[in-house]
Amino acid sequence: MFNYGYFSFDSKEDLLEKAAEYWNPGKVSFWKGVGTPMVIDRREGYQLFDMSGKRLIDLHLNGGTYNFGHRHPELVEVLKSGLDYFDMGNHWFPSVARAAFAEKLVKTAPHMKYAIFGAGGAEAVEIAIKTARYATKRKKIVSIVNGYHGHSGLSVATGDERFSKIFLADRPDEFIKVPFNDADALEDVLKKGDVAGFIIETIPATAGFPMPINGYLKTCQDLCHKYGTKFISDEVQTGLMRTGVMWGWQGYDLTPDIFVCGKGLGGGLYPISACLVTEECGQWQVEDGAAHISTAGGSELGCLVGHHVIEMLQRPEVVSNIDFVAQFFATSMAEMMKRHSDLFVGVRQRGVVLGLEFDHPEGAVAVSRALYENGIWAIFSSLDKRVLQFKPGVVKDVELCQEIMDRFDSAMPRARQLLKSTRWAS
Amino acid sequence: MIDRNTEPRLNVPDRDLSSARMKVNRAAWAAKYYQRFDRNNVLLIAEAVAKAGYDRAAEFADWTVRETGFGVVEHKTLKNQLSTHNLLDFYRDMDLVTPRVDQEHKIIEIPKPAGVVFALAPATNPVSTIYYKAMLAVLSRNAIVISPHPLAKECSVEATRHLARAAEAAGAPAGLIQCVENPTVPLVQDIMSSDKIDVIMATGGDAMVRAAYSSGNPALGVGSGNAVAYVDPSAQVDAAARCLVDSKSFDNSVLCTNESVCLTLEENRGNVERALRTAGAYICNEADTDRLRDYLWNGENFNVAAVGKSAVWIAEKAGIRVSPSVKILVPVVATPGQDDLLFREKLCPVLTLTAAIDFQQAMTFAKHTAKRGAGHSAAFHGEDHTRLVAFSNEVPVYRVVVNAPCSQGAAGFATHLPPSFMIGTGFAGRSSIGENVGPQHLVHWTRIAFGRDVPADVNGIDLSATIAPVTNITSPMATHTRPSSSTSRDELRQLILEELRNLKEGEL
Ligand SMILES: Cc1ncc(COP(=O)(O)O)c(C=O)c1O
Repeated sequence: MFNYGYFSFDSKEDLLEKAAEYWNPGKVSFWKGVGTPMVIDRREGYQLFDMSGKRLIDLHLNGGTYNFGHRHPELVEVLKSGLDYFDMGNHWFPSVARAAFAEKLVKTAPHMKYAIFGAGGAEAVEIAIKTARYATKRKKIVSIVNGYHGHSGLSVATGDERFSKIFLADRPDEFIKVPFNDADALEDVLKKGDVAGFIIETIPATAGFPMPINGYLKTCQDLCHKYGTKFISDEVQTGLMRTGVMWGWQGYDLTPDIFVCGKGLGGGLYPISACLVTEECGQWQVEDGAAHISTAGGSELGCLVGHHVIEMLQRPEVVSNIDFVAQFFATSMAEMMKRHSDLFVGVRQRGVVLGLEFDHPEGAVAVSRALYENGIWAIFSSLDKRVLQFKPGVVKDVELCQEIMDRFDSAMPRARQLLKSTRWAS
Repeated sequence: MIDRNTEPRLNVPDRDLSSARMKVNRAAWAAKYYQRFDRNNVLLIAEAVAKAGYDRAAEFADWTVRETGFGVVEHKTLKNQLSTHNLLDFYRDMDLVTPRVDQEHKIIEIPKPAGVVFALAPATNPVSTIYYKAMLAVLSRNAIVISPHPLAKECSVEATRHLARAAEAAGAPAGLIQCVENPTVPLVQDIMSSDKIDVIMATGGDAMVRAAYSSGNPALGVGSGNAVAYVDPSAQVDAAARCLVDSKSFDNSVLCTNESVCLTLEENRGNVERALRTAGAYICNEADTDRLRDYLWNGENFNVAAVGKSAVWIAEKAGIRVSPSVKILVPVVATPGQDDLLFREKLCPVLTLTAAIDFQQAMTFAKHTAKRGAGHSAAFHGEDHTRLVAFSNEVPVYRVVVNAPCSQGAAGFATHLPPSFMIGTGFAGRSSIGENVGPQHLVHWTRIAFGRDVPADVNGIDLSATIAPVTNITSPMATHTRPSSSTSRDELRQLILEELRNLKEGEL
């Protein structure tokens, strides 16, 4: 019996049935199908507990949402104290939490002028695209093939057709896609002079974190500026110190005109996202401050948590811990690759952002399942199923990291076995 | 009056606690790598730390006295210095890194460092204790997080950072030596009871030491002392008096090994008084003795204002006229009862003189007085070795310093005892350790033992895997790229300053 006081379920099976009936049958059956039918019950630190009681170490972190782990006690304390004073606030008015948080964010990126808030990543992308259009008076938006920027009206149009066509939301004439790591292809599109913005994740997450080749991002930015296009970097997964610097672009010699962040910004506790813009791009805020409006965007509770998230990420002890975690996995994965070279063939890494490559078209799906059975939750890249997204959090400690590698090692034979069975061969 | 307008309207989490916890995490990372370092690299780091400590010994001594008001700069300089090269020299040949092989008994021992040491440093000897504990950690391949006394936190934080920088420059992992910046009692209690630390090195007040033992973590705690110096009639009384004055005036008696009571026999008392006077002591008459007692004790409580102050300073406060050249004050309690407050520990240059009617009575008195600093130290001046053995056998202390100053002697600076700022008070002092604490106490050994009758060539076993080569992998971390040319000069300067600041902080 799972009695939560407000609602109760007889069993995990009961919950799955109800979830399929009232909520989303497709998602329910999908996870069953891939062998990881997780229903997160308790959660603490970097640990998740399935309704069955099974403990899982979280290496998915929902794309960095749980950068600090689940319910980090300090962030919980901040939110609780915020609840004694604030609520969501009223988006029409200036507010102490919003002003303070906006200032804090802008100070992390001195060439930016304003921080504009949303509640989710897609909303921030929405703001970014609108801003680029406003600033250039052009309409076209370029993104990369296999890029991912969310599922709202404009953002979904930048992504894979699977998510836009179903809702008739694809707009091939306005939203153009170019291959990743191919600056010439971008120039071909930009040189017509009618592109408002080029949006790119600093390291494309959903594509499995392929690394930008040397100079690629900088060249893209230069090309944008050459043709009057705004360069938008999507830092939803690469921001918040995950690559070793606060924002991924800071490590690539970039100065984007616009960048967006979300996910972990709210500490995994209170949704908040932000779009940062230069003075020039942000002129619409001067012309008509209410041109973009969102009741839940920049809620004061989210601002308070976000403010503290940034402060925590700037602490020298945290920065040093990220370094240790990153080094540890760099070394350990290299060793692991030697031990399982038949299957595990590559590591893409920047900071605590890792993509692990397996030598099979569905390799990461099998590995994800094998890891799940061995107490680790890490997910394959939905746009490249050879690659496992492996995302340690910034305050992981040495013991947990070691445990992860030990479990990883014992999961490899199982992954091998899964891949041999016909079900997986494609 | 609380100004309602400046009090925070929201509750803010304890930033210091949170950062202390992160330091412990960081130390655990450092320990993981450091405990596989080989002997050469350990010694290289130890040398670097010793040198760094020595180089700024005087500066930190001065800083400490300025910040705490305790002790004497010159003596603190010496103590800081002694905790560097001398300490290293003492332990240089103690190999706590290489596995030991005992072919005859078919036993191999592999060293296993504790991991993360949480160390308290007192206000009376802050920097010397930090030097000493950091050296011990380095030599035993442990990481250390130091929690300084709040009264001495500034010099302590800087001294720790200084050693940490030197260690890192010599190849130690980042975070090997760290210091809590804003220690508070709840913070220390939180960290002491954390399951992320491996051992506590507690020096400080008895309450803190007891708290360390109650934390649930392994602890090396040392209690306070109350040393009796017995001056036998067989002693060279002038030499003995010089030792006593030297010891009591050394750093104004803030070492817990300093003599509290000078005990002699009635027949010898005149001699001792005269010799002490010649050595620079002021012998109090009855009225002065009362004044001193009144000044030093407020009921049961020792007057902390007197801790580590000079004899002249204390005499003035107590209303006793002494010459400015006086080095110690000697109140006289004619008969060795137990109840006089002057027989208790005094971390200041005040040495109570008393005399027993015979050796038997002296021993009884010494035994009871030493119980107030049980397990600690005592001194014996004289040539009568039968009495020396009887004294050492009876008095509940673990060190008896002979014909030498006790402050420096018990701490290993004027004897061949191990140099130490942690004087183990053992079972008698409710401690787990009864000797001067050294790096060997921070390492346990895994014993590989073959069956008695099983043939085994243990010498032939390859033990190289116990050490990991220091690898320099390229960092997977992104770093800030140079600011682009569009940034103005001012912004550039700002950025560079920021970077420097981060760098400095990153080296904590
Ligand atoms: C890079 C990137 N951008 C944008 C988004 C969209 O964020 P949200 O789901 O909060 O709308 C995501 C979500 O996964 C993302 O990974």
